[in-house]
Amino acid sequence: MSTRTADRLVRDLESICGERNVFWREEDTLVFEYDAGFDRRPPLAVAVPKNTDEIARCVRAARDAGVAVVPRGAGTGLSGGTIACGDAVVISTARLRTIHEIDAVSRVAVVDPGVPNLEVSAAARPHGLFFAPDPASQRVSTIGGNIGTNAGGPHALRYGSMVDHVLAVEMVLPDGEVAVFGGVAPDLPGYDCVPLIVGSEGTLGIVTKAWLRLLPLPEDVRTFLAEFPDVRSGARAASAIIARGIVPAAMEMLDRTTIRAVNAAFDVHLSEDAGSMLLVEVEGLREETGSATSAIVALCEDEGARGVRVAETQAERELLWKARKLGYPALARIKPNSYIHDAVVPRSKLPDVLDSVNAIADRYGYTVANMFHIGDGNLHPLLLFDLREDTIEGVMEASAEILKVAIESGGALSGEHGIGLEKNHFMFWVYGPEDLEAMQRARSAFDPDGAMNPGKIFPGGDTCAAIPTERIKRGLAEGMWI
Amino acid sequence: MSFAPLTFDVEPARGCIHCGVCLESCPTYLLTGLETESPRGRIHLMQQVAAGRVAPTDTLRTHLDRCLACRACEAVCPSGVGYGALIENARAAFEEAHVVPRSRLAGLLRRMLLALVADPARLEGAAGILALYERTGLRHLLRATGLRSRMPKALRRMEALYPPLTRPRYRAPARPAHATARVALLLGCVMRVAYGDVHTAAARVLSRLGVEVVDVPDQICCGALHAHAGERHDATRLAKRNIEAFERAKVDAIVVDAAGCGAHLKGYGHLLAGDPQWAARAETFTSKVRDVTEYLASREGNERLGKLALRVTYQSPCHLAHAQRITQEPRALLRRVEGLELIEMAEAEVCCGSAGSYNLQQPELADELRDRKVDAILATGAEAVVSANPGCMLQVRSGLEERGRDIPVLHLVEVLDRAMS
Repeated sequence: MSTRTADRLVRDLESICGERNVFWREEDTLVFEYDAGFDRRPPLAVAVPKNTDEIARCVRAARDAGVAVVPRGAGTGLSGGTIACGDAVVISTARLRTIHEIDAVSRVAVVDPGVPNLEVSAAARPHGLFFAPDPASQRVSTIGGNIGTNAGGPHALRYGSMVDHVLAVEMVLPDGEVAVFGGVAPDLPGYDCVPLIVGSEGTLGIVTKAWLRLLPLPEDVRTFLAEFPDVRSGARAASAIIARGIVPAAMEMLDRTTIRAVNAAFDVHLSEDAGSMLLVEVEGLREETGSATSAIVALCEDEGARGVRVAETQAERELLWKARKLGYPALARIKPNSYIHDAVVPRSKLPDVLDSVNAIADRYGYTVANMFHIGDGNLHPLLLFDLREDTIEGVMEASAEILKVAIESGGALSGEHGIGLEKNHFMFWVYGPEDLEAMQRARSAFDPDGAMNPGKIFPGGDTCAAIPTERIKRGLAEGMWI
Repeated sequence: MSFAPLTFDVEPARGCIHCGVCLESCPTYLLTGLETESPRGRIHLMQQVAAGRVAPTDTLRTHLDRCLACRACEAVCPSGVGYGALIENARAAFEEAHVVPRSRLAGLLRRMLLALVADPARLEGAAGILALYERTGLRHLLRATGLRSRMPKALRRMEALYPPLTRPRYRAPARPAHATARVALLLGCVMRVAYGDVHTAAARVLSRLGVEVVDVPDQICCGALHAHAGERHDATRLAKRNIEAFERAKVDAIVVDAAGCGAHLKGYGHLLAGDPQWAARAETFTSKVRDVTEYLASREGNERLGKLALRVTYQSPCHLAHAQRITQEPRALLRRVEGLELIEMAEAEVCCGSAGSYNLQQPELADELRDRKVDAILATGAEAVVSANPGCMLQVRSGLEERGRDIPVLHLVEVLDRAMS
């Protein structure tokens, strides 16, 4: 694209948002080249509009200049969903941070897309309500981003992920029009577009307001940690719990490497000679939680649990969850770089898949850490490495093998992080050309020119060819065609 | 590209995996929501400028200058990134390379201030002149006549924030009859001339608890301001002088009642680690440094610390909470005062905007943070604000004054001193 077009676009964006809310200098756009994953590329410019109208005008300005648009929240995504492929303008929701309403009777929160996830629950708490999706990044990650990736979190086991909690969205469409989809009343007539938009990773438009479902706070919460000699016995206990028909609010597995890392980072003092741990939380009426807890503890002991630590206070409960939710960055204390996966596998295949993952990591010589939502089979194996000694090519190759194992077991590419730029080429592994074509047509109904967040979700295309990690993945995806 | 890359040590940033956990702890990110004003963004910029990928421009420097160095990000970072060390390395490199010239006046003022605090005699002289301004009633006159409001904004700000100079000077208490420990008190630079009575209160509290406070006459400014400003040479010189002075005192602990100074003294070991003649001595020195709240809380016994009917809220200084990770001790001490009610404010651990001389260099953001802090304080309905660092005390006081609220801002040791007397 010509410098003149770019300059004119920047001037247009400045006239919409104000000069200080548009970034185009190299040293400014540089900090928008990353998310929490591995793909890197600075955008052409970044606009930080203050409301829906300004967002719509920015989208129109970009469209008139023939420039693609990439929506961005806090940039804590793990799959490159907010990385600009080619010449694109990032539209940030940083200034849309208002909670408009907490309707305690209808149990609905009306919020801006830039509101951090946890703030919704904080605002709902005085009304005896909470917002269920709880991604590990929830203190920072925004509702807009959570909608884009259909984020989950540990409590998705009981409550489901974002798609189960978004009632309606206001969205700026790729042509700059503003539309509202869904509503707070049940059983709306016509197509229900909300489930299509949730998880669309910014490829259909920019969500500018969301109506979220709130739930009543449970009467009782019990959190405990069961310690096992190895991963296999912990996994067996998890299966036994589910098989018994008990659905905990959350059930997480931590392996030995993870335990070591969280001990180094936080004052949790987990037992370092444990082979694995299950962090379990049950919620509900006091009668329910009591009996569920005894049943779960008994099942854990049957499978060889060596001890159960119960969180006695709210502070201890929060500490255990902090250790779990910040376990991913804590692993950087073991090796400075890590690659986190998000595959989902059938629960019955979990122990075998874990064995295969460990074997792959061993073969490539990487340390592997496992810390994941075992209750719903959402694996997060992390390959730990050091880019000063290891190459990113090797890591990605091992990662592709891990994905392949998960898919061969009947699993899926992603549980909650999204496909983004990271796994787009691997879509061929789970969908046939006709499936993908049908999806593309649905997308085109919203965005016929493909100007909204191009290069994400769908494989192929040269849009992102300039990103080095993208080239590596493309080669791997083709080489490992199933 | 035609620029000389800045070389500095970015090793403290190695564990940064861009997870973004630090974002919500950062005061400037809280205000702006912008990656450019976030710890993660700044770390990335520092890494890229050190790698020579981007030029050390004015814009880039501004993003780093807007950092308060409050180290809240470092305290929450699960990966263990050494943000404080990193930003100091970067600032020193910018300073040494003179890549971005400041306006001559700003540069001159900065140099004068740094030279002033490091020289006790000149600091006394300057304090005397300023004290005269207060004592003669000139300050009051300027305010009463409205002349102050016609002063240039920058001058007005400095006028509102310069330390109080009419408070009594430090007076060492009598030696306790049966001393169980022997400590020295860091008197510092600005604290010495502006908050002598806080030192007196600290020493009296210590002495009442059977701790002898010995005089260390040759001690000097800790050098924190110099280190934060990137003047590493001066910082090192001051550190060595203090190590020598306190070694001669042969004490069990070096007690500090200014959180900023305490954090810096605890970093002497790191500052001099590369100097074989000084490394071990610096380590020994560092191992003896205790914040006064840390020292008091660590003493055996859990007896009541006097009686004072007062409803207070505690403002957690960054250099205590984040740099020294001391958050529970001050609160525990306050709870040991009979009749004292402690009400927690919202965002107690978010910087008040003082941050050394930040409030003079980044007035807009500093004012926003100050207002946010004042709102949080007023929402508690407290009768007094308790802090543990002079810079925070000044900033909070000026914020409360600006709102016309006459709520006293006390150092924690002043509260204990009153309660115990």
